Amino acid sequence: MPAGQQPILELQGITKSFGGVEALRGVDFALYPGEIHGLVGENGAGKSTLMKIIAGVHTEFSGRFLIDGRETHFRSARDAHAAGIAMVHQELSVAPDLTVAENVFLGNQPTNALGLVQWRRMAREAGEQLARFGIDVDPMSRLGDLPIGLQQLIEIARVLFSGARIVILDEPTSALSPPEVERLFATLRRLREAGTSIVFISHFIEDILLVSDTVTVFRNGRKVAETTSAATSKGALIEAMIGRGGEALEHSYTDDLMLPQPSDSPVILKVDQLSLSRSLKDISFEARAGEVLGIYGFMGCGQQELSRVLFGKLKPDGGTLAVEGTPRTFASTAAARRAGVALVPESRRDMLFHQEPVYKNISIGILDRISALLLKPTEERDIAKRQVEQLQIRPPVVGLDLGMLSGGNQQKVALAKWLTYPPKLLVLCEPTRGMDVGAKNDVINIVRDLRARGLAIIVLSTEPETVLSLADRILVLKRGAVVREFSNEPVSKDRLLEAA
Amino acid sequence: MASSETALAAGQRARGLAPFLRSQMRNIAPFLTLIFLSAFFAFASPSFATLDNLGNILTQVSVTGIIAVGLTFVILCAEIDLSIASIANVTGIAVAYFTLQESYVNIANIPLPGAAAIILSILLCALLGLVNALGLTVIGIPSFIMTLAMMQIAAGISALLVRGQIAYKVPSLITTLGSGSIGGIPWIVIVAAVMLLGGHLVLTYTRFGRYVYMVGGNREAAEYSGLNVKLILGAVMVISAVCSGIGGMLGVAHFGSAQQNEFDTYLLDSIAAVVVGGTSLFGGRGGIGNTIVGLFVLGVLNNGLDHVNIDSFLKILIRGLILLAALVINVYAQRLREKAAE
Repeated sequence: MPAGQQPILELQGITKSFGGVEALRGVDFALYPGEIHGLVGENGAGKSTLMKIIAGVHTEFSGRFLIDGRETHFRSARDAHAAGIAMVHQELSVAPDLTVAENVFLGNQPTNALGLVQWRRMAREAGEQLARFGIDVDPMSRLGDLPIGLQQLIEIARVLFSGARIVILDEPTSALSPPEVERLFATLRRLREAGTSIVFISHFIEDILLVSDTVTVFRNGRKVAETTSAATSKGALIEAMIGRGGEALEHSYTDDLMLPQPSDSPVILKVDQLSLSRSLKDISFEARAGEVLGIYGFMGCGQQELSRVLFGKLKPDGGTLAVEGTPRTFASTAAARRAGVALVPESRRDMLFHQEPVYKNISIGILDRISALLLKPTEERDIAKRQVEQLQIRPPVVGLDLGMLSGGNQQKVALAKWLTYPPKLLVLCEPTRGMDVGAKNDVINIVRDLRARGLAIIVLSTEPETVLSLADRILVLKRGAVVREFSNEPVSKDRLLEAA
Repeated sequence: MASSETALAAGQRARGLAPFLRSQMRNIAPFLTLIFLSAFFAFASPSFATLDNLGNILTQVSVTGIIAVGLTFVILCAEIDLSIASIANVTGIAVAYFTLQESYVNIANIPLPGAAAIILSILLCALLGLVNALGLTVIGIPSFIMTLAMMQIAAGISALLVRGQIAYKVPSLITTLGSGSIGGIPWIVIVAAVMLLGGHLVLTYTRFGRYVYMVGGNREAAEYSGLNVKLILGAVMVISAVCSGIGGMLGVAHFGSAQQNEFDTYLLDSIAAVVVGGTSLFGGRGGIGNTIVGLFVLGVLNNGLDHVNIDSFLKILIRGLILLAALVINVYAQRLREKAAE
């Protein structure tokens, strides 16, 4: 770390809470000119919250915020931008229907005296900028026609060349192929030589170690370690992230857990060589009755796409699916449901009707079983009441609008929807995300109970704890491919993170 | 359990009358508008608040009402159908085209028995609805654009059938239902009432009706619940076209002639009736009850403006302003309800 130099950005004792929950507690952070600073930590550790404070997205917090040694308070992202701070968010924010050149110059196209866009100049300059990045594309081609990785590189290039002094990159490599990652790193190093300061957030610890000078580790809203990359290792960072022997909140899954022998019960789902453009590559696996198959991986590893393919929402480009030995191509979610597949997506908003009462939310997937033409409201309510009782949904009022329930209870409703006539295969995405410990345990118990009833269950999660608490067998997904299977062997959070 | 449920439901309501009223804004506002308009015209003109005039209003909104039944299904699904008036027109022209006309009518038509004429006309509008449905669900054209094209296509078929001429005769059943009456009540009012009631029963008591609300409420969630969303969307487009066709046939009988551009005003009127009544443009909220209130608001307004001494050109502007106010309330009501749910 450049000793004696003045930090370009310095944060002291930053505390930020959302509705009484502290996301950051007294965090100090300093960024020096010409430094690449890596940030690591689990989901919800506070990395993104801190970056959003720096980028002027969150403006309410306590603590001191200094730029070039002067105390500053941003009132908006625009203020941060004016101060030379730029951020590339995890989700792509490009305009796919505009040309590459327009995207590069979004918001500040070169114009002539009449205010008309100088297309030729814009195309030339965009081409030059991208070439410096090692990107060789026609600046007048439509951005949306390019592969996702290239789109992401172009977005990053735009921000890097916008003249910002501080650039924050949130998970920039998750959609990139190895050579693209190389190109990005080469550019980052060049910018560092030119004096730009870069904050680099990533789940890929190898990437962090490869490119950054300094690494800061977050855990539970606190900064728990700061070190130079040269002086640390992947193992040491993972240990700091998880906090061995630290606060024993729940089961921390830091110790080895023994996975059971592979089950020999009937195969419910057989997936062979499944692929989907850039998201999934040759994925093959089986899910068996009475078994929970965990699929773990970082954000953007292809879990979401995989779950959508299994439920007929996305069409794969290649590969086959078979349910109980019968080959299936799901033309629609209705076809998948008829074949005995059910999905609970990670976002409850996507599968629940917030303005409708609980009982309508529970009965919607099974209405065709209880009524041919006319609705049977009494039967619907009775079924819903049984589910509400069994899953201990609170408050136990089936006529209440779903939106009035807490997140954990909404998640239970999402499960209840499929349980009156249990499917053969239940696919759960992030089943315990954002829940308190009690609700989490309830959901875990429900899933275990379903397993005992002989369902094949697939749990997809980016949280190692979720997978470890539920799975009998674990696949690790990395950039769209299965890179490791854990079965009949010891597994722990470290081992999962190591594999991913 | 039952008692705890009542207690909690009461608790939900007891959180305050204001939130409850706010969440019901879309049902209350149109009703208040109706009462206000009726009171205003009753006060402004002695000829307005009479039984005779009530009959007039009912007759005047009947064709709009029949068309609006199907449109309610479409808007509940958060889609739109701009081809309703054109489909009504072409179906009305078709039923006349298949009927023997007087010798002075210069149209090279194909006279058929009444029943055949009616069945063919219904098939025609169902077919046009099916084209809308396929364009929307299979090809994926937004309903706004798809039905805009269909509006032109149906107008084109109308033009080809009548070639600028006017036909007068329609099958006797249609003549009776469109312009006859029983016991002093016009048949067209009875047909409109029966269709509105039918639409209400389907939406409220059938599985299909529930699916319509769910698809409109959250299409993504409907799909993640394994509903065949495309089938439901396709069905509402066909229902809308068939309702429009029936409205068109009876309308032709009611007006006594079949010609090009006869139904042009019914597009705006039908959409206005549904939306003024409080059915959400974002889907999932509202229903036939709302549409009926909307029909009355429009009927009272159109009829009442004739009873007061007002510049007939100003009437058009006033109708536009009332529609704008209804749209503002519609969008605002959605926001209030979302807030109340949080």
